[in-house]
Order: sequence, then structure tokens, then C-alpha cells
Amino acid sequence: MANPATFDIAVVGGGLVGAAIGYGLARGGVQVALLDEGDIAYRASRGNFGLVWVQGKGLGLAPYSNWTQLSARRWPELAALLRADADTDVALEQPGGFHLCLSERELEVRVQTLTRLFAQPGLEAYPFEVLDHAALADRIPGIGSAVVGGTYTRLDGHVNALKLLRALHAGFGKHGGTYLPNTRTERLQSSGGRFVLEAHGTTLRASKIVLAAGLGNLHLAPQVGLAAPVRPQRGQILVLERVRRFLHHPLATLRQTDEGTVLIGDSQEEAGYDDTVGLAVLATLADRALRTFPALRDVRINRTWAALRVMSPDGFPVYEQSRAQPGAFLATCHSGVTLAAAHALELAPLIAAGDLGPRLQPFSAERLHVQKAT
Amino acid sequence: MFKRLPDLAAFHPDARALAVTIDGKPFAARAGDTVAATLFAAGLADCRTTPVLGSARGPFCMMGVCFDCLVVIDGQPNQQGCMIPVGEGMRIQRQQGARAVAAAAGPADGMTPEAQP
Repeated sequence: MANPATFDIAVVGGGLVGAAIGYGLARGGVQVALLDEGDIAYRASRGNFGLVWVQGKGLGLAPYSNWTQLSARRWPELAALLRADADTDVALEQPGGFHLCLSERELEVRVQTLTRLFAQPGLEAYPFEVLDHAALADRIPGIGSAVVGGTYTRLDGHVNALKLLRALHAGFGKHGGTYLPNTRTERLQSSGGRFVLEAHGTTLRASKIVLAAGLGNLHLAPQVGLAAPVRPQRGQILVLERVRRFLHHPLATLRQTDEGTVLIGDSQEEAGYDDTVGLAVLATLADRALRTFPALRDVRINRTWAALRVMSPDGFPVYEQSRAQPGAFLATCHSGVTLAAAHALELAPLIAAGDLGPRLQPFSAERLHVQKAT
Repeated sequence: MFKRLPDLAAFHPDARALAVTIDGKPFAARAGDTVAATLFAAGLADCRTTPVLGSARGPFCMMGVCFDCLVVIDGQPNQQGCMIPVGEGMRIQRQQGARAVAAAAGPADGMTPEAQP
């Protein structure tokens, strides 16, 4: 390389969103740099729950459901590519998932939510089932009597999210991508049709940039004429010891990983940048899990953790190219696992081509600029 | 294989024999030993197989930090053998793979784990 500090595209952010886009770009033969902040970053990618989840998403923005469905459909392809490129089995399973309800009221709200979701124009409807306790007990052995019912779609699945992050990075490297760890991007500007990134004492140039820095996008986006009004939303997770496989479907808030670990999630808390765990929330998670599977009572909790989701004001992703500074792209969402296939296989080629196209138009941040009523 | 240093017997002059079972077979353990030491004394270097790959593991650190000495004691899985003194009548089982979750389940809420591979 004549000038190691010049790239076709610089991706800012080495989490699941940035790594998936970077992997997709590198596979396409683009010279990519992936700038990663380092272990002091908030790292939603290392705290997530690992679902590849479709069910219930998109109420308020039908294209988000369609985009999520597209990603779920392309996930087997991503998993196969990562197996070849990174020699890693990311343990993708898509057996369909259940959302369980612990009261009649919860079930009623759940069914109403799905009914409203599917009534939206433009939404590609998918089959779902509403099941009572007896029907659920047949399909999920061991559920407690507190589970009054639930919903099922066959599109849902899960994956080993830590292996996914590692595999995306390995695949990125395999295809010639340049990974720059401990390189926090501080300033962005465009100069002579190129973007100049000042990051941790070094300067890089790139024809295009992709902002995939999670909560860091809040301050980076305005420097290139974009808006990323994201906020942290805390989620806490309980991690139980490994047990023999007893659960063959992911549930919305409880799943058993490929290696036997049981994960119990996942709270949604407005706690600012506080990413510490708290007993009140953990106790609630544990209580619901025990009512769901009473036999987990004597299984030990090995650890707990909290992480910060990257939430937009309406909860949907933002994908946008800067009008003021074309070539600068923004990508942010709170479902970096589910959307990894869409990011690597759909979004990356659009970014490489320089036009996000009609499918992603609904995800522009313009939707967030509605004037407040006075 | 490990063997007991003969002169250490002087530190435990009142050590008595405890009747325990290891994988169902009777064994005379020595009071004052841990469960992990008991397994060594019985000539067993491995006490479990790992949950994912099924590799054999045995007590390593003998001080409670490595968690490689996990065994089933009196039906309780994932017990740290090196931190628990052996006791009269103890049923010690080497642990094969991951534990099951059915142990505490009542018949109403029981679940049947898969057979081990």
C-alpha cells in the first residue's frame, strides 16, 4: 500500500454494526479501515442477549419489520460465509421463538400488539401462533403453571453473539481489511472530496466514512452534517451455569446457548450512562424466569452484567447519507445481532455504491425531525 | 499419580477413616482431606468432563479458584471438591458433562433433559 493512511472507506466503530458493515465491504473488495475505540468503550456488542429476533418488531415503522425479516432470512448465508472466512461456527439456530406471558393481561396486550403490527400497510405479514398453557407445555417441556400463554413465530432464532463479533473481525481481516484498535475517532472533516479522521494521534483519509460508533455517534454525526440523537438504555442479564440442553427454542427473555449456558434478560431501563447492575431488576428477572421454568430454582447464577443499548428516539434504526457531505454514512440500531446479516450483505454493498436506495429511505433521521406541538 | 507423603501423617495423628462412595464404589477416605484430595487418594486424577467438548479435567489449583474439581456430592452437581471436607457417608460422583436441571423439579413442573451424548 502506497499510503497506509488512505482508504476507500473508513468505518468508525468496531462493534457488531461496524464489524458487520466492514466485513461486507471488505468482502466486496473495498479497502476498508475499521477504527475501534478499545476496551474502554461501552461495548453493547459484548453485553447483548444474542437473539436473531423478528417477532413483534416494527410497530410504528413497517419497513423495520421487513428489514428485520430480510436479515433473518439472510442469516444462514452470513453464518455460512463466516464459517468459510473465519473458520467459526457462530451457532446460529432458527427454530422459531416464543414470547411467554405470565398473566392474562400480558397475553391480551401481546396479542393486541401483534394484531396492530400486522395491520400496518406495507408490512410483510408472517404467520404467528397464539398458544395457551397446554399447547405451550407440549412444545416447551418444563414451563411452570404461571405461564398462561404466549406467541410463536417460526422466524425467530439465536446465535452466539461473542463468536459472531469475533468471526466478523476475523472475516474482515481475511478479506484484507485494516483493523485499528485503541483508535478513538475524535474529529471528522471533509477536505478536497475526502474525509479526514483524527483518531488517537493519527490522521486517516478516506473517500467515504461510515459512522457505526454506537453512542459515540451522538457527537460524531454532527461533524459531517448528520444527526444521531441516540441515548443509552440499560439492559441487565443473568447468566446461569451450564446445564444439559433442555430448551430448544429461544424465548424473548430466556435462552440456552449452544454451550449450555442459560441467559435471562432483559430489562429496559433509562439510567443514563450507568452500566452497573442492580439487585431490584435482577431479582425481577430471576423471579420471572423461575415462574417460567420452576426447575431452574437450584441452578446457580454464575454472573450478571449490564450493558447499554443504543436507542434512537423512536427505537428504530437510522441509516442515512449526509446531504451536506455526501460520502458520510450513519448506521445505528439496537439490534446489531439480528441485523448483522442485513448490514453485511445488504447495507454494505449500498454504501460501497454510494447510494442507500429506496429500501432504506424510511430509516432516515428526517422522520425524527417532526416539530413538537406547542 | 499422587501419593500421600508418609511423614504428613504426623500432622493428623487422629485422622480416622470415613466410609464414602466414589461413583458408587465404597472407599475409605481420611478425615481432614477434601473431596478432591480423596479422589487423588483413590487414584483418580480426573473428576469430570467439560460441558462443551467432553474433555477430562481434574483438580488443579486445590484452593478454590480454578473450578476444575467440580463433582457431584450427595446428588448436588457442580460442587468444588477442593473446598469441601470429606464427610462420613458422602456419595461422591465424578461429573460427566454439564449438569442437568431436573434435580429440584417436582413432578408437576419437571423437565426431562436429553440423554448425555
